[in-house]
Amino acid sequence: MRSLESPYARTMGFVGARDGDGRLVLTMDWDPDKGGRPGFFHGGAIAGLLEAAAYATLADALDDTDRPVIKPINVTVSFMRGAREKPLRAHATIERLGRRIANVEAVALQDDPATPIAIAQMNIMLERRSAVQPS
Amino acid sequence: MSDLPLPTGAFDPVMFIKTMSRNGHNGLIGVRYSAHGEGWAELRLPYNEALVSDAATGILASGPILTMMDMVTSMSIWLRRGTFEPQATLDLRVDYLRPAEPGKDVFGRGECYHMTRSIAFVRGQAHDGDPSRPVAHVAGTYMFTGAA
Repeated sequence: MRSLESPYARTMGFVGARDGDGRLVLTMDWDPDKGGRPGFFHGGAIAGLLEAAAYATLADALDDTDRPVIKPINVTVSFMRGAREKPLRAHATIERLGRRIANVEAVALQDDPATPIAIAQMNIMLERRSAVQPS
Repeated sequence: MSDLPLPTGAFDPVMFIKTMSRNGHNGLIGVRYSAHGEGWAELRLPYNEALVSDAATGILASGPILTMMDMVTSMSIWLRRGTFEPQATLDLRVDYLRPAEPGKDVFGRGECYHMTRSIAFVRGQAHDGDPSRPVAHVAGTYMFTGAA
């Protein structure tokens, strides 16, 4: 998991594991260092976890390829409810994986999968190391 | 939301950031006060190797920049209203225009450009020294969560 080796991911304490379906899930434990308004995670920490889940899931899917460099183009985060002082987890779905662009959606959850905390939509550029080939 | 001014005193961005930087997530990433005016604020994110996305390149991760932009756009609303009122981020979009240069502090400026009774609309830009060469552009909305 390349993207979990980054200094930022270590500073934030993102931990990656597989769930029963083999899906990559990132977890961030509660720590006052991640706090925003009293009793809740900061939106920036939630967004950071969502972006990391998107990058890690994408890197995972590209592991058997030429491992392109992953560069974020943009992210839109919708915050639906506050994340309380307990572990926050996130997983991501690759909606489309092209040669140059990947569209990824990440979801952050605490207890009930039906009530997500926040969702991030990301457009990510893939810089292929190999020469451009006709698709 | 009440339309009446609430007796909570004027919002002081300098004191606010001093307090916020002592603990919590803003403390972890180390944001500092830079400047403010009516309806806008500017913060500074000092370069920090613990916040880079890749130790080999030294490029700052996107997460800390997003955190600063969330904070500074929030502050722009309190500066427009003149008072601190509870609010929640509904959404925030960040366009990552280019990587910030390794070793350079990143400045984030946020502006509240429109407000209704329940929603504030914000925008902002981040740069690493030259405002004419931004590293990120943001747009977002906040909902006022105080008692009606």
